[in-house]
Amino acid sequence: MPHIELNNIGKHICRDLHLEVFNRELLVLLGPSGAGKTTLLNVISGLTDYQGSVVFDGEPIDRVAASKRGIGYLFQHLVLFPHLDVAANIAYGLKARKLPESQVKARVVELLELTRISHLSSRYPKQLSGGEKQRVALARALAHWPKVLLLDEPLSSLDLQTTKYLRTELKQLQKELGITTIYVTHDLDEAEEIADRIAVISDGSIEQVAQPDEVFFYPKNKAVSDFIGAPNILTCDYCRELEHGVVEANCGGLPIIVAHEGNSVERIALLPRDIYISDSWPPGPGVNRFSGTVKDIQHVDDTVRLGVEVGQNRLVAEVPHHVFNEMSLAVGKEVYLILKLRRIRAYDCRCDHSRQ
Amino acid sequence: MRWFKRLKPGWGLLTIVAFLALWELLAHLGWTPGQFSFPPFSEVIEEFYTLAASGILGEHFWASLVRVMVGLTAGSLAGIMVGVMMGWRETMDKALNPLISMLYPIPPLGWLPLLMLWVGINEALPITIIFIASFFPVLYNTITGVKGVDKDYIRVARTLGASDIKILATVVMPLALPNIFTGLRLNAGMAWRVLIAAEMIAIPTGIGALMIQSQSLMRIDIIIVSLIVLAVATFSFERLFAFFERRVTAKWR
Repeated sequence: MPHIELNNIGKHICRDLHLEVFNRELLVLLGPSGAGKTTLLNVISGLTDYQGSVVFDGEPIDRVAASKRGIGYLFQHLVLFPHLDVAANIAYGLKARKLPESQVKARVVELLELTRISHLSSRYPKQLSGGEKQRVALARALAHWPKVLLLDEPLSSLDLQTTKYLRTELKQLQKELGITTIYVTHDLDEAEEIADRIAVISDGSIEQVAQPDEVFFYPKNKAVSDFIGAPNILTCDYCRELEHGVVEANCGGLPIIVAHEGNSVERIALLPRDIYISDSWPPGPGVNRFSGTVKDIQHVDDTVRLGVEVGQNRLVAEVPHHVFNEMSLAVGKEVYLILKLRRIRAYDCRCDHSRQ
Repeated sequence: MRWFKRLKPGWGLLTIVAFLALWELLAHLGWTPGQFSFPPFSEVIEEFYTLAASGILGEHFWASLVRVMVGLTAGSLAGIMVGVMMGWRETMDKALNPLISMLYPIPPLGWLPLLMLWVGINEALPITIIFIASFFPVLYNTITGVKGVDKDYIRVARTLGASDIKILATVVMPLALPNIFTGLRLNAGMAWRVLIAAEMIAIPTGIGALMIQSQSLMRIDIIIVSLIVLAVATFSFERLFAFFERRVTAKWR
């Protein structure tokens, strides 16, 4: 399974783009629509012409035709051949390689079992549900022993339940087969769940390549931070374990309770929409509640972002427009913040930067 | 008034029976159009048997049928081949489209005088006319069908390792079949129509020739027999293609 390098790739929105995908890795290409994700997959698969170079295991493959690159490509809309039944769809790549009939049959059976759709082998695509189609498309993409698997938002057309289920299965399968995989999505949760590493792409350039947690807690620039929801990120000075699974992290003078194991929290992150704003001291236990002063107000689509100064920290909270109006919030106004405990994410530093 | 919703498709047969009965009645009453006799349906059927028994009808029909089969097959195959080329390769489309757009509007029978001189008055004449008449409908429908195949099917086949020829044969052609069949069904009617005209004008055998000979002998009954044969033949051809289409595409459409 090759190690992939993209050097100086130029196509459509992509300009002078570099990216490295490790052998057997599942790299998620994460970015908003129109960022150049699909373009990049088309470049790697050779379905489009491009500038720059695509290198598999040190060998440039730019002159190799798409049909000879040994790639399994799962298109966003799956594009199962409607005139072929499930078994024939899966066999397509094998027959194109003129493998003997007996070998084709054996491989199709193997894939039907691998993707758990043996009972569907003689159905036609129009008779399949979304999840079933998805499995057929995956089996077809894997049939010809590809060296590289490209998945273009493979789960975007499915309902939430099926998506979650298939995501885990996909990840397992990828590890089992050890196939170098690039997975395109615009969904951060999906990316975090499935990725070995995430490459954040925006406006045709790779902004950051890192492990999921690192992308979230150490966004390299504003483009990355904005894409993941512009979280508040606080660095913790020290922390202590209150009881098993509950940690009090002291971040810039704020004692913040976090659900976390161990006492090595280095950073915590919280999305602006996960901070409640109140104009009076909220009832209930005084955990994760702080008072602060509104310092700036930004209107973003149908919500309002408030920059609130809390001690020596500046937290950004997001409130719906009508709440903003009802509370007649203004710069200089005193407000109370509640940080949603379950939404606070903690970054654990195994090398133990924390002091107790 | 819900009773008519329960009617079976066979209900349509009753209309035909009523029409035939009315015809029989009008003929017996002597209400004839024009100055010549108007044979009742029963007489026409009688004549049909006489003609069939003597072998005359069979002979003429067979002559027509062979011409239709040969011309239709050749014209359709040529139309499909050129259509696939034009639909698949844009350069071919650009090169051939102007010429074909010029030739298409000419009614197939418009070629008859020219072909009578070039091909001569022989078997090749009606076949050539049918060829021309069946070439264009299938050509245009094939082009539409091939061009209409979603490009993603072609792209995915390419990543699966298929060559262009393989993609054409296993993806593009099958997916274009519904359109190609539309062309073929149009052709089936077209072929019989132009054949009759050609036989009436130039060829001494075939159903068209039988009609024109009957006209000079004022045998209205034979003319009507020929018309019935024609109607049934055209109808059957169209149904036959519709049947093939269902056989080939019903499973996946």
